[in-house]
Amino acid sequence: MNNKTWIAILSLLALALGLLVGCGKKEGAESQSAATPAATQPAAAPATPIDPATVASVTGTVKLDGAAPKAAKIDMSQDPACKGANTAETIIADGGNLANVFVYVKEGLGDRTFDVPKDAVTIDQQGCKYHPHVLGVMTGQNIQIKNDDPTTHNIHPTPAANREWNESQPPQAAPIEKSFAREEVMLPVKCNQHPWMKMYINVVKSPFYAVTGPDGKYEIKGLPPGDYTLAFVQEKLGEQTQKVTLAAKDSKTVDAAFKLQ
Amino acid sequence: MWRAGVSLAFPVDPDSHRIKELTLKGLAAPYNRAHHCFAVFTACATFCLIIAGALVTSNDAGLSIPDWPTSFGSFRIPPLHGGIRFEWSHRAIAGSIIVLTISIAVWTWLADRRRWMRWLGLAALGTVVAQAVLGGLTVLLLQPPWVSSAHAAVGQTFFCIAVVIAVFTGRRSMETVPQIEMDTHRPSLITLSLLSILVLYVQLILGAMFRHRGMSWWPHALNAPVVAIVLTWTAIRALSLYSKIEAVRRSAILLLALLITQLCLGFLAFMTRVAWGRDAVQPELPMVISTVAHVAVGALLLATAVILAIQVWRHVPVSFEERVPGRERRPVTA
Repeated sequence: MNNKTWIAILSLLALALGLLVGCGKKEGAESQSAATPAATQPAAAPATPIDPATVASVTGTVKLDGAAPKAAKIDMSQDPACKGANTAETIIADGGNLANVFVYVKEGLGDRTFDVPKDAVTIDQQGCKYHPHVLGVMTGQNIQIKNDDPTTHNIHPTPAANREWNESQPPQAAPIEKSFAREEVMLPVKCNQHPWMKMYINVVKSPFYAVTGPDGKYEIKGLPPGDYTLAFVQEKLGEQTQKVTLAAKDSKTVDAAFKLQ
Repeated sequence: MWRAGVSLAFPVDPDSHRIKELTLKGLAAPYNRAHHCFAVFTACATFCLIIAGALVTSNDAGLSIPDWPTSFGSFRIPPLHGGIRFEWSHRAIAGSIIVLTISIAVWTWLADRRRWMRWLGLAALGTVVAQAVLGGLTVLLLQPPWVSSAHAAVGQTFFCIAVVIAVFTGRRSMETVPQIEMDTHRPSLITLSLLSILVLYVQLILGAMFRHRGMSWWPHALNAPVVAIVLTWTAIRALSLYSKIEAVRRSAILLLALLITQLCLGFLAFMTRVAWGRDAVQPELPMVISTVAHVAVGALLLATAVILAIQVWRHVPVSFEERVPGRERRPVTA
């Protein structure tokens, strides 16, 4: 080979390496901006006032029609540090009451804006599982991610509307703070080191949401009077909606039931 | 069985220029045992790397180490648990393969007199560098399906190059005079062999896109019968007409055997991963074993198709008349 060929090959190699380094730097920079706590972000539009004397509430229970499937067993043997409960949380229904259903006001709030809570919500990695399994936050609200396990995890949300990121967190490391800028329901989060670790973050623009507890119950308070569409979303069973009309100081019950597909 | 018909597939006049050229090509370099053994070792190590890569994808461990080329910010061995053991092992083997490839490229350049073999060594080096870059991009860009699929396809291309170097540095390839039979059939065996490589590549990309969540499973499944038909056609043509040529016969038999194995493994992978494992909470052992075996045998199948094509090119040249374009066959008027 002559000198020109060698120079061409070496230039291509240098270009490839340069591109890689560039990608790495860009990734780092974007990651930093994604981690920026909401408090330091530009101020959002002022919240639309709500008259506290007229606010209403919705409560209810979400049920599962039919017998609950047996929870799948998780094999945690690939990491001796993982000693959590070894059953999956895909469908948890105790006595027909369905837990981990995200309930939120999908329609009816119009152009109202709401203050983002200053307090962060916490995701805890404990027993090589995420706690909670289903989480609701407002857009821009801080999420604090802790690792209470004696092993390294990586936190890897795979959103459709927000920016994807992937960070590792060793034992006793400082909490990671993140927020999501856009609305997205059932945003999956996983750990590539422990493939059974999965959870869902629900990012909405209003504070009117709840996640059903082990008894299948939820409560959404502080709603201004109006006509609303409530959505009930379960990670495996999908979404249902129901209409509800709330008068001033109303307190209504809206139940839902999912059928096994 | 395929019939030769009024075959012109006979041992042609040994004085012909074409035969001389092919014979000389076959004997252009002396056999170097150490070089060959090193090439075989490199090809075997590359096969291990493909298995390690398949284990990473099958265990969804591709992003268990979020940085690259470092692992958790350093080049030291991290605690090997969970997905990290798959990803880090893959990186470690890949690093070793780069060293092996640099060595084989330099050695081939210095020791092998065949020009095409020297360039093949350099092509191996270029491919392995491209593969490393794609591996890095896969991590840094969070596994976009097209990058991960390109990583899978280039990886198997590199494996094919490593296998070709290993086979054609062997004593059999370097010291045996090629048995030559002219091919007068349409489509020619070399066309079928190249078509086999093409359909296998398409299948590889479709499979990789499915594995990396860039596409549904059905395009890969739909292309499987096409692959089966083309490969069977190629192998049967080779076996029925050119079974006297050992290099062609062995490659064709291996191609058929691997094809049958691969179809069975594909069915098994579909059942364990798509039909039964759709709701699995984590990658289960049967789905990991079947998919990794499917990837590994797929790589062997592609490499065998490449070897068959090269053997056909060496031993079964298309007869001159067939290669003359139609318009040039018209008689020239004075």
